[in-house]
Amino acid sequence: MTGRKVIMNFEVTPTSHTLESYLARGGYKTLEKVLKELKPEDVTNEIVACGVQGRGGAAFPAGRKWQVVNPHDGQPHFLIANADEGEPGTFKDRWVLEHTPHTLLESMLIAAYALAARNTFVYIRGEFDQPYRRLAAAVEEAYAAGFFGENILGSGFSCDVYVFRGAGAYVCGEASSLLASIEGTRGYPRNRPPRLTVKGLYQYPTVVNNVETLSNLAWVMAHGAEEYRKIGTKTSPGTRLISISGHVRRPGVYEVEMGYSWAKFLHEDCGGILYERGLKAVIPGGISSQILTARDAKVLTAYDVESLTLDHDALWNVGSSLGSGGMIVIAEGTCMVSLLRVMLRFYHHESCGQCTPCREGMGWAHRILDRICAGQGRPEDIDRLVHISKFNDGTTICGLGDAAGYATVAIIDHFRDEFEYFIENKRSKYDGRLECLPGGAHG
Amino acid sequence: MRHLIPEFEKLKERLPKGLDSTLVLPCLRRIQEDRGYIADEDIDGLVEYLDVPRIQIEEVLTFYSMLRRKPIGRFHLQVCHNVSCTMRGAERMIDSLSRRLGVQPGQTTPDGRFTLSRVECLGSCGTAPVVMVNERYHELQSEESLEQLVAELERS
Repeated sequence: MTGRKVIMNFEVTPTSHTLESYLARGGYKTLEKVLKELKPEDVTNEIVACGVQGRGGAAFPAGRKWQVVNPHDGQPHFLIANADEGEPGTFKDRWVLEHTPHTLLESMLIAAYALAARNTFVYIRGEFDQPYRRLAAAVEEAYAAGFFGENILGSGFSCDVYVFRGAGAYVCGEASSLLASIEGTRGYPRNRPPRLTVKGLYQYPTVVNNVETLSNLAWVMAHGAEEYRKIGTKTSPGTRLISISGHVRRPGVYEVEMGYSWAKFLHEDCGGILYERGLKAVIPGGISSQILTARDAKVLTAYDVESLTLDHDALWNVGSSLGSGGMIVIAEGTCMVSLLRVMLRFYHHESCGQCTPCREGMGWAHRILDRICAGQGRPEDIDRLVHISKFNDGTTICGLGDAAGYATVAIIDHFRDEFEYFIENKRSKYDGRLECLPGGAHG
Repeated sequence: MRHLIPEFEKLKERLPKGLDSTLVLPCLRRIQEDRGYIADEDIDGLVEYLDVPRIQIEEVLTFYSMLRRKPIGRFHLQVCHNVSCTMRGAERMIDSLSRRLGVQPGQTTPDGRFTLSRVECLGSCGTAPVVMVNERYHELQSEESLEQLVAELERS
């Protein structure tokens, strides 16, 4: 067991995603209480007090984002649930959408009330099929039951929700790009300031929160910030939905209490590494988070990755992050040059093209990796990759290029010998594959 | 697209009033669902209906990878080739589909039945490898299950 639960605290059955089941679990009671007993600022104060941090990757305190919005300024405000889950390795918001969409909707209504948002959106990635169908059905159920629309539960508060489907752009998970997409244009990120909470969708104050972040809120308002603070660690309150994949025996989505032991999580809860292999490395929070090796002597104090705990501070202290919660487990014998090639192909494909260093840099780095993998690498290529990565840092509007650079540098730092080997011998130090097969060393 | 306008009007009910540019993506998606791709006349119709600049629609169409200007095969097989799927055999899946269908990724079979594509992360890493057939995800695929899937699609 991975500690206390806030979101995955019910048994999944073929009907547990329906309104009927959600109501039987006490669903929408909290909304009623909030609308009848609390003022918008009471809700915001509670969310500030509970200390929940953004679960999309940046871990920015949700309450502090909300505090920028004045619910009484007379302007229209918007609330967006970011369900554009596209960070490779991440599939945890999908779990919420498929299995308990009403938790998200109830939490969104509470948030919309606090922010005085008449219109809300769920921006869901374009490819999702089952999560979209479940969410869309839940929205219809909620409208029919009077939880959305005019004068909700007789409170005078009115709110609409629109499920907005993306159309295949990773960058639209970035909040300003997401808003551009809703406005019907290319999903180009834009510079801040002004912050989106000041000038967001159609230039009105807008809060964009991740699906998982929002899905904590119904629980927080039901049990209180103080109870929420008792879960997790002092600096990382609550739980994290971790989606684990790669060379692991039981991949899937797990709700893990912050501060939980990594070794226990990997070896007991997730069943350990495929085919009893040794652990080579872990990408802790989506491919844009820096890779950690099983035994790492690169940081100031040597540590064993398995001695870490799963919370923000523990990961920040070793130069990485819990990011989007998309954990990828890599077994001994995996070719890290091939891994970086797949990653850079992705960033090259997804760079929106707006900023020159990212548009050109991602393609350049990708071509270098293609060349190395074709046996035509040159010794200077390794330093060139590091140079491109570092040149990108801080010179672009959004973090796509920066993150790609950090991830690249981390892999090269830890596995430079594999790159040197590949360039010198024109072949991988291993079998060049990422797939882990039963039997001998990788196939 | 004109026959879809009543549907588009209905979408407006839950959207903020007077901000019709919001409908660009939903309309394009719906048109593509209906026709299989976005034709020139759809763009003309949308420019008129939403009162947005033509260049805005053109820009959107060249930006989002799911929107297309040309018809493709009846069954679109999209194989994820990102990190987690590759770690679970995506490259083998692509090779075997490519051999089975006799086309390279990015191509359509001569009978217009299948289009094979490589795509980036579909958010199905825990049930990798994943292949999307039109709108549906097919998870935890193997060469055997794909052979079965293709055979079923051929019969349908």
